[in-house]
Amino acid sequence: MYRVLLYLIAGWSGFFVMGVELLGGRLLAPYFGSSIYVWGALITVFMLALSIGYLCGGWVSLHSPSLRRLALMLVAAALTTLPIVLYGDPLLERLSAAIADPRFGSLAGAALLFFVPTVISGMISPYAVRLLVADLRGAGEKAGRLYFVSTFGSAAGTLATSFYLVLYLGVNQILWLMLAVSVIVGASAWVRPVRALEGPGEADHAGETVNAGEAAKAGGAGA
Amino acid sequence: MRLPQTDASQLLRASVVGAVLAAVLLGLVLAAMLLPARSAAGSDLRLIHSERSLYRQVLVYQDAEDRCLCFTRECAIGRQSCMDLRSPERLVFQYTQMMLGALYLNPQPRRILIIGLGGGTLPTTLERLLPQADIDVVEIDPAVVRVAQQYFGFHADAHVHVIVQDGRVYVRRALRSGERYQLIMLDAYDSQYIPEHLLTREFLSEVRSLLTPDGIVAANTFSSSRLYQNESVTYAAVFGPFYNLKSGNRVILAANGPLPSLQQVASNERRFRDVFRSYGFAARAVLARFSTRVDWDPHARVLTDQYSPANLLNSLGH
Repeated sequence: MYRVLLYLIAGWSGFFVMGVELLGGRLLAPYFGSSIYVWGALITVFMLALSIGYLCGGWVSLHSPSLRRLALMLVAAALTTLPIVLYGDPLLERLSAAIADPRFGSLAGAALLFFVPTVISGMISPYAVRLLVADLRGAGEKAGRLYFVSTFGSAAGTLATSFYLVLYLGVNQILWLMLAVSVIVGASAWVRPVRALEGPGEADHAGETVNAGEAAKAGGAGA
Repeated sequence: MRLPQTDASQLLRASVVGAVLAAVLLGLVLAAMLLPARSAAGSDLRLIHSERSLYRQVLVYQDAEDRCLCFTRECAIGRQSCMDLRSPERLVFQYTQMMLGALYLNPQPRRILIIGLGGGTLPTTLERLLPQADIDVVEIDPAVVRVAQQYFGFHADAHVHVIVQDGRVYVRRALRSGERYQLIMLDAYDSQYIPEHLLTREFLSEVRSLLTPDGIVAANTFSSSRLYQNESVTYAAVFGPFYNLKSGNRVILAANGPLPSLQQVASNERRFRDVFRSYGFAARAVLARFSTRVDWDPHARVLTDQYSPANLLNSLGH
């Protein structure tokens, strides 16, 4: 269950990031158009935010990492998208009036709305790797599997949003929906280990124990 | 009984299968690329200019009579604009004739905004018709502006100004700086791609705000596909009743104020009979297409900045 939740968080976070990115294009279009530079600005912000998120996630994982904190990150990433829903339009309205060049207007708009949630989303993968890795030899395999799940989630989020969700729901409705899923996934990960393993100091250790057990099982099945 | 295979032979078989699959795929892709080129060569159309811009391919084809601007190699369905080489002022397309029907609603617009340049047929014709009018043309693609100038006799001058910008961005800017137009023509959609932010209730409201009290909007859109329903209710939500003109294309004519009656429209039509005849079409034939009949589902979903899957709806058929 521990590992399932861990992968679920990573996969959903990948879905969430790409969903928000695609909808970001929709939100910027009325103010800056939907030209290649608007998408360029948006993708730049997302890549930059993810890269910084990876760094931060790595640092944070050095201090008593736990599934609960990972769950918190997922919920925090979701909650920091709230300003997009609540204040996105008035903010973009003002930016488009203030900045004449739509390239830098859209860059500023994308940075203000999407940078924070995407940094937090970026923290999830390296942090989850830390929770998964039990021994040095299996580290690459664990990291590979996590990247697979997370990037597969991104692919699913891209397809689901652009092919289907936009056909049935409005932009903000989709954002609310994804926000709700993040809270549910985060809450279930928060609740779960609390019963199984008590105390923040032990969570790290307990997590590793569970992992070692499952790794052994996986090894047994493969042999 | 099957003999166990070695790893090496399995690998060999896998790579042969892989290579065959790759070859088949490559063949299909090549065939798909060559087929449209051949169909274009089937008629006597020949390609006289081709460039890939930031937004699309810009192609100019020519046969014995016409020169056409296309954004796709399948020029027969994707023609943006055509010019009769022997009489360039003739309006080849019915949709441009129907767009000029906007003048039946307001015969003397002094300030005109056109979103989407194409071959420049609309601004060129309007300038000839209304020498006193100031015409602003907004076109997103600088390559289209170049090609219109080079191959379709379009030129900017004291009365015709070209602004290379996204249509929505321009409309919002113009609103902020207090500009107003008596006629706004939306010609930025084609059957291949619709800029979705130019087909929402919010955009049309902005366009309406940019009109003078007697201002008219003319939009060249589509007459088929599921999008017809959504497009119709979206225009109705912003403008109320409007005139719907259909041939192959669909032209929507709507007013900022009350929609002029068909009687008024018909009396204005008389003023254009002679001049439209010299452009190669009958003013009456355009008048005959005016309709206010609601031939769409009034409960269809209005397109908004929040909900704008116009291209998906357009590709889904009826």
